[in-house]
Amino acid sequence: MLAGIATGGIYACMALAVVMIYQAIHHLNFAQGEMAMFSTFIAWQLLQWGFPYWLAFVLTIGISFVGGFIIERTVFKPIENAPVLSHIVVFIALFAIFNSLAGFIWDFTIKPFPSPFGNASLFGDGLIGAHQAGMIVMTFVVLVLLFAFFRYTRVGLAMRAAAANPESARLVGIRVGMMTGLGWGMASAIGAVAGILIAPVVFLEPNMMLSILLYGFAGAVLGGLTSPGGAVFGGFAVGVVENLAGTYIPVVGAELKLPIALFLIIAVLVFKPNGLFGRTIVQRV
Amino acid sequence: MNTSISMRAIGTAVGFSVIAFAAASAQEMGVTDSTIKIGIIQPLSGPASAYSQIAYTDQAYIKMINDNGGVCGRQIELILYDDGYSPPKTVEQARKLVESDEVFLIFNGLGTPTNSAIQKYMNAKKVPQLFVATGASKFGDHANFPWTMGWQPNYIAEGKIYARYILDQHADGKIGILYQNDDYGKDYINGLRAGLGDKADDMIVMEQPYEVADPTVDSQIINLKSSGADIFINIATPKFAAQAIKKAAEIGWKPLHIVNSVSNSVGSVLKPAGLENAVDLISANYGKDPQDPQWKDDEGLKKWAAFMDKYYPDGDKTSSFTVFGYGVTQTLEHVLKNSCDNLTREGVMKSAASIKDFETDTALPGIKINTSETDFYPIEQMQLMKFNGERWELFGDVIDGSQATN
Amino acid sequence: MTASQDNVSIVTGKAGTRPVAATPGAIASLAVLALLVACPFFLKNFHIFQLNLMLVYAIAIMGLNLLTGFNGQFSLGHGAFYAIGAYTTAILMDQYDIAYFWTLPVAGIVCFVAGFLFGLPALRLENIYLALATFALAVATPQMLKLSVLEHWTGGVQGIVIFKPDAPFGLPLNQDQWLYFFTLAVGLLLYWAARNLIRSRAGRALMAIRDNPLAARSMGINVSLYKALAFGVSAFFTGIAGALAAIVIQFVAPDSFTLVLSVALLVGLVVGGVGWLPGAVVGGAFIVFVPNIAEEISKGLSGAMYGVILILLIYLMPTGAGGLIRTVTDRLRRR
Repeated sequence: MLAGIATGGIYACMALAVVMIYQAIHHLNFAQGEMAMFSTFIAWQLLQWGFPYWLAFVLTIGISFVGGFIIERTVFKPIENAPVLSHIVVFIALFAIFNSLAGFIWDFTIKPFPSPFGNASLFGDGLIGAHQAGMIVMTFVVLVLLFAFFRYTRVGLAMRAAAANPESARLVGIRVGMMTGLGWGMASAIGAVAGILIAPVVFLEPNMMLSILLYGFAGAVLGGLTSPGGAVFGGFAVGVVENLAGTYIPVVGAELKLPIALFLIIAVLVFKPNGLFGRTIVQRV
Repeated sequence: MNTSISMRAIGTAVGFSVIAFAAASAQEMGVTDSTIKIGIIQPLSGPASAYSQIAYTDQAYIKMINDNGGVCGRQIELILYDDGYSPPKTVEQARKLVESDEVFLIFNGLGTPTNSAIQKYMNAKKVPQLFVATGASKFGDHANFPWTMGWQPNYIAEGKIYARYILDQHADGKIGILYQNDDYGKDYINGLRAGLGDKADDMIVMEQPYEVADPTVDSQIINLKSSGADIFINIATPKFAAQAIKKAAEIGWKPLHIVNSVSNSVGSVLKPAGLENAVDLISANYGKDPQDPQWKDDEGLKKWAAFMDKYYPDGDKTSSFTVFGYGVTQTLEHVLKNSCDNLTREGVMKSAASIKDFETDTALPGIKINTSETDFYPIEQMQLMKFNGERWELFGDVIDGSQATN
Repeated sequence: MTASQDNVSIVTGKAGTRPVAATPGAIASLAVLALLVACPFFLKNFHIFQLNLMLVYAIAIMGLNLLTGFNGQFSLGHGAFYAIGAYTTAILMDQYDIAYFWTLPVAGIVCFVAGFLFGLPALRLENIYLALATFALAVATPQMLKLSVLEHWTGGVQGIVIFKPDAPFGLPLNQDQWLYFFTLAVGLLLYWAARNLIRSRAGRALMAIRDNPLAARSMGINVSLYKALAFGVSAFFTGIAGALAAIVIQFVAPDSFTLVLSVALLVGLVVGGVGWLPGAVVGGAFIVFVPNIAEEISKGLSGAMYGVILILLIYLMPTGAGGLIRTVTDRLRRR
């Protein structure tokens, strides 16, 4: 009954992206999934044009990085002083734009996306396939790289400072606007990686990310938004809980497995408001 | 969201050019001496926008009718509105079409909840709601809703066809079902259970639902495999059906796999899932798949291809949505042509309810459209087929779904 | 079709230039009200229906505004309360033949209870966590409504069709006109109630919690109780809006109440102006008319057009219509 692990891998991947973005820009970006989807379509297009896989992979990440940076500088710069809710509405607007554009350019039929890891079944009963394993490994590689980046490089530290406390960061000479732009670029690039890894499992189409993003959020919040490792754990936990609920709760279990999973997460949050592995932030008056 | 994908094109009735210059004194709403105004409401945006190709094909086909001189000496003026698959929006758009744009009829609205939302309104207003794009069985209720008619075979009938096949060939099988948790999935299950009769509870060992919002059905497939089922009925829309076919192959599960007609397109389901994974799949159909090489030289599909090239070059020729749109609009053309003498809303419903053996070039041989005043289900026949790794092979007779109960 | 929206700013502008400056706000409100009352006598039924929907959404947004604008709690799940209100009305009308106007208070009370109960655990959650909890609520709603166990009442995925009421007392109004005035009257009543609530002691407590929960607590305000009550009251408003929507549209189905609805309400709130009650009408107009405008511009790219219009609006008025009007009137006054 570990079927949930199979889907949990996808959620973990997305949850990690969500956490990294939260670290970099201190926002939950609702357009994140659509941006990742759009990046994946770019990768698909490059592959269609005959680029080798890894070249397309790297190019896509580069394009996404630049794209994310440009979006921050053009769309969000003018309204940086607007209230948070206005930002959220702009996220929703971006969501609509990317979804609609992708459908317009590449239409809505599903497209297979190749996996660099193959589709072989690793364990006999196929709980985890080669691709899933590859995906999880990739997720951890990204996790380690990011950890090192934020911890040991000047830019990484500056970015964290800019996100956590813009005023103080500005005082010590950090170009906060630039850092936020870079944060968006990185967020977009990580989203691209997640999209490329997820697409072989769920097939590529403009609406592929919507639900995954929800699970990603749930996983990230469960694990704690300040903890990348927690996010990965949270993603797997969501997958497993959802599946167990579907299997073991009679009558309504199968129909309501998502609501049940979400309900459990909320119950956890009520007792651990910062997630399982999150740091508690003390509020001062 | 559950438009069954159909494939059919109808031969252009070339000899059918006698046009009635009816000097209609009292013109029906939406009809002038030179135009007929028709409305379409489909999801062009939002989560169900994959189906928008049907609307655009309808539009392109109507342009072709107009270029060839229109029907009944009139050009068709088409108004296409988006409802984003949201029933309140459908109501708004339907009222706009009927009360503001004053259309003659609303054609090929897509989706069960959306069409349900306006069914009563349309019937109260006595405006035809013609050939709705959903296989829900409620859209053929001639007694209570004489202004509403479906087009494709309904899901219950198809479920019964599979039940009969299973009883004939694999009477001691254990059935596992994957279904979409909405009217479409449940209609199939109802049909299946009705077809299996008393044996239903013994034979069905597991039913696994999924939501449209789910990212994958991987865990459902793993659960179904572990239930020990040896017959797998896959009642899913294209994306999820493809995931299921692929996942079943990955985990080495090889049951007798029946995939519903909504998702039996070679181009948009089996290819993404991997043709080698789809070998020995069973399904039923009523039309030809343009991706299927056996119809390479087929007259009807050639006409469809020529239409696509000229009127809808951006359209996806591997998607059967375009074939569906072509076929259903051609049926509309047939009905309109038959009501030239009496070009009123009543007249159109009358000719829609008296189609006799209307056979189309791209429907499978032997499948005919028949309606009557007490039969508001235009297509009811289907034929079973098996996938050989490259194309579907038809087998058995053409089965009438309405009579498939044992 | 932004008649009412234009009107707000134009009228405010005129009133502001006059030195009288008695209450430009009041004059503007009266003008808008007069326009809303007059509309049904000049428009086609279909447009009355659209305006009616606008009012319904406006009521829902007003409810959300009470929660977000005045109590600082964030909700992505108000579509759920809207759905509960709609289903309450539909089930009462369909199964028990209760007259439509009696179903409104019932729907409101059911939603108040639901909102209050949801508010209790949600108390402990803040910001993003609350966003996730309400988001979950929005996602779970259609699935709950589809539940086969409840099918007997909810009609499952098929939904419930209900009848549209005629005008009472032999009033010379058709169904659409009557329902429009009915909605308008309910809306005005609720608006009046909301205004009084905000100006009351309880309202000030709500705002104190929004501005500084810790300080509010130290002033002796029962923060938990007020926050849960704010959820309840907010759900009450939104539930009545949902009930009206069911009557106006004559149909409820799970697919009417997806996440898209909750998101639309949030967008309407922000466009209208957070913390400014009359902005709800602007927000309602946005929800009803902007998708149609976007569709007019481009069918294939209507989603993108919608997004572009939304971004432009936020550029133009980062704090919504309410903020824009406030800035404009401030400037005129200073002159």
